[in-house]
Amino acid sequence: MAYEASGLVSGGMSACPACVAAPAAEHLAALQKPEAARLILSLPAAHCATCISTVETALRAHTGVVSARVNLTLRRVSVEAAPEITAADLSNVLKAVGFEAHELDPGLLSMTETDRQGRELLMRLGVAFFAMMNIMLLSVAVWSGAEAATRDTFHWISATIAIPAVIFVGQPFFKSAWAALRVGRLGMDVPISLALILATSISLYETMHSGEKTYFDAAVMLAFFLLLGRYLDHRSRALARSAAEELAALEVPRAIVLEEGIEHLRPIGQVAKGDLVLVRPGGRMPVDGEVVTGTSEVDRGLLTGESLPVFAGPGCVVSAGEVNLTGPLTLRVLAAGRESSLHRMADLVAAAESARNRFTTLAERAARFYAPIVHVLSFSAFGFWMWKTGGDLRFAVNISAAVLIITCPCALGLAVPAVVTAASGKLFRKGVLIKNGTALERLAEVDMVVFDKTGTLTLGAPDPANLKGIGDQVQSVALALAKASSHPLAAALAGRILTSPAPVTDLHEVPGYGIEGQLDGRRVRLGRADWVGVTAVPQTATYLGMEGQAPVAFTFTDQIRPGAEAAIAGLKAQGKAIKLVSGDHEAAVKAFADRVGIADWVAGALPVEKAALVRGLAVQGHKVLMVGDGLNDTEALAAAHVSISPAQALDAARVASDIVLLGHDLAPIADAARISRQATRRMVQNFEISAAYNVIAVPLALMGAATPLAAALAMSLSSISVSLNALRLK
Amino acid sequence: MQILAILIPVSLFLGGIGLVAFVWALRSRQFEDPQGDASRILTKEFDDKPAPGSQP
Repeated sequence: MAYEASGLVSGGMSACPACVAAPAAEHLAALQKPEAARLILSLPAAHCATCISTVETALRAHTGVVSARVNLTLRRVSVEAAPEITAADLSNVLKAVGFEAHELDPGLLSMTETDRQGRELLMRLGVAFFAMMNIMLLSVAVWSGAEAATRDTFHWISATIAIPAVIFVGQPFFKSAWAALRVGRLGMDVPISLALILATSISLYETMHSGEKTYFDAAVMLAFFLLLGRYLDHRSRALARSAAEELAALEVPRAIVLEEGIEHLRPIGQVAKGDLVLVRPGGRMPVDGEVVTGTSEVDRGLLTGESLPVFAGPGCVVSAGEVNLTGPLTLRVLAAGRESSLHRMADLVAAAESARNRFTTLAERAARFYAPIVHVLSFSAFGFWMWKTGGDLRFAVNISAAVLIITCPCALGLAVPAVVTAASGKLFRKGVLIKNGTALERLAEVDMVVFDKTGTLTLGAPDPANLKGIGDQVQSVALALAKASSHPLAAALAGRILTSPAPVTDLHEVPGYGIEGQLDGRRVRLGRADWVGVTAVPQTATYLGMEGQAPVAFTFTDQIRPGAEAAIAGLKAQGKAIKLVSGDHEAAVKAFADRVGIADWVAGALPVEKAALVRGLAVQGHKVLMVGDGLNDTEALAAAHVSISPAQALDAARVASDIVLLGHDLAPIADAARISRQATRRMVQNFEISAAYNVIAVPLALMGAATPLAAALAMSLSSISVSLNALRLK
Repeated sequence: MQILAILIPVSLFLGGIGLVAFVWALRSRQFEDPQGDASRILTKEFDDKPAPGSQP
C-alpha cells in the first residue's frame, strides 16, 4: 500500500457555547491552536475484546494521539490526533502490535443516506413491536372468551393502537407498492399493502358494529415480521455498500504537481494535461504520462501481470497504476482523470456489469410467481362468498382479508434476508466481504474457477530461488549492496541472505539500473543485466558483477500466497474445474502451475484475451468464478459470473469484483463457495416451509374457518421456523 | 372487571416506557457498534477509572 500523502481532512470541530462568551484574546488563541485531525483506519483482522484493548492502548501510547476508539462491527478505528500525525504513522504503530491497517478517507465515510434509512427502519420496527405486543395481550383475552362490552372495549383499545401504528409502520410498503402500481407492476408490496389496509379497515368496521373477529393483531404482526425481514435485508445491503465505500476510500489519489520548481500536492481531479508531475520511488503513477527527467524501473505487474520490472527513462510512456521503483521520475501528463487508461478500463467494467445486473434472484422469482396467486385467491374468495351468501359484503370482505393475511408471506419476506444475514455474517468472520447483494446466489452456481497468477495466487513479492548454489563470499557482497536499495528484488535479497555484509564502501544507487559500490578497490554492481554486462536469464533475476570475476545471477520466484493450495484443493474437492490464466511468460506460469497443482493453464494472456476467454467459457455454458487482482484482470472480473479479489488488489479490480478477501489468506474462497451453496439450499427450504404453512392455512381461510388466532399462529410459527432454519448454516 | 380500567392503562404505560427507552437508545447511537460493546464489557482495563476521552 502506498501512503504518499498525509494531508488529511481534519475533523470539523464544533464551537462550544462557552467559547462564544470567552474573551476575544482567548478565542483567537484557540483559533491559532492547530485543530486535531480525525483519521479513520480499517482493521480487517480485529475480532475480539483483546483486539480492542490492544489497538486502543497502542494508539493512545503514541504521542500526538488524543483518543482512539475501535468499532468492532465495522472493523474500523477512528483516531483523534494532532495534525502532524499521519495515517501511515498509525498503521506502522498497529503493524508493530500485529494488526494490518489501511487508511480510509473520512469524507467518503461520513454519515450517509443509508445510515438514516437504517435508523428509520429500526424505529418503525420498534413501534411495530410495541403495538404488536400490546394488541396481542388484549387479543389473548378475546380469544379466551371475552364477551360483549369487554370484547368491544378491547377491540377499541386495539384499534387506537393499531391504526396509527399501521399508518406509521406500513409506510415503506405503501410507498413501494404505489411506485410499483404506477408503472403497472405487481410487486410483493402490493398484496402486503392491500392486506394491511384491508385488514385494518374491516377490523375497524367490525369494531364499530360489535363484531366478533378483528384482525388488528394480525395486521400489526404482519407488518412487524415483514419489517424485520426488510431491516435484515437493509443491513446486509448497507454493510455491502459501506464495504464498497471503504474500498473506494482505501486509496486516496493525489499527485505532486511541479509548478516552476515548487511541489504542490493536488487531488487527482485537479491535474490537467501538460502539467509536470513528480513520482517518488515507491509511489504509484497517478496519471498517464511521458517521462521528462529521471531514470527508474517501473513495476507494471498490476496492469499486465508481468513479474519483471521494466526500465523507464526520458521519452518512455508510463500509464496510471504502474509503480515507480528506484528513482524519482518527472512526468509530463498525457492524460489524467477521466481520460487516463485507468478510467477507460473502469468504463469497460461498467458496461460489463450491466449484464450482471439482469440476474434474477430466488426472491424475485418467488415473488413473481407468488404475487398473482395471492391476488387471484383473495379476489376469487371474495367473489365466491358474495355469490354464495347472496351479497353479504361484510362477510365476503372478511374472508378476503383473512386470505390476504394468511397468504401474505411473512415467512417469504424473511426467507432470503435471514439466510443472507446469517451467511454474510459467517463469511465476514472468515474475512470475506460480500459487496453485491446477489453475489452469494451467483457464487453457488459456479462450476469453474479461473485464477490469475501474479498478485492473486502469488503475493506479487519476489523470493530468492537459487541462494543455496551461491558461495557465502558472493552472498555477503550482494547483501551489502542490496541493503542500500529499496528495490523489491534488493529488499527480498537483503531479507533472505543470512551471512554478514561485506565491507563495501562508496555505495550509491543508479536509478533505473541498480546499485554500485567499491570493495577492496574494485567496483561491484548489483542490478540489471545490461548494466552489469551479462545476458539476461529468462527468469526474474538481478545480477551481481564484480570487477575481475564472472557475474552471478540471483533468480527469484514469486512467493505463493498463504492458503492458495488449500483453496485450490478445497474447490477441486467441491467438483469445480480450475484454470490458471496469466499475463506472465510461459516458463514462469508453467513452473507455478506445476507447483500448485493446476493442469489447465494459459500464459501470456493480454487483458482483452482474458476477458474473451472468460466470455468464451460462459458461452460454453460454464458459470465462471474469476479470482484476480490486477488491472489486466478487471475486464475479466466484470465479465465473469461472479468475481473475487484480494484487498491488496488495485481499486479498479476491487470495484469490479463482487467479493473481496480482507486478509492475505486465500483459503476462505473454498469456504465461501461451500457456504454459498448451503445458503441457497436454505433459501429454497425456507420457501418450501412457508409454502407448506400456506397449503394448510389457505384452504381454511377460503372456507371462512380462519380465526384471528389461527392467522396469528400460522404467521409467527412460519416466521420462527424460517429464521431457525437460516441459523442452521454452518 | 373494574380492575381492567387500571390494569390496561398501566400495561400500556409500561409498554410506552419501553418504546421511549428504545427511541432514546436509537437516538443516542447505542446500536452503532453492537459487537464492540458486547466485547468491551469483558475487558478489565477501565474497571478502576473511566477511559481517557471516553465521552463520545
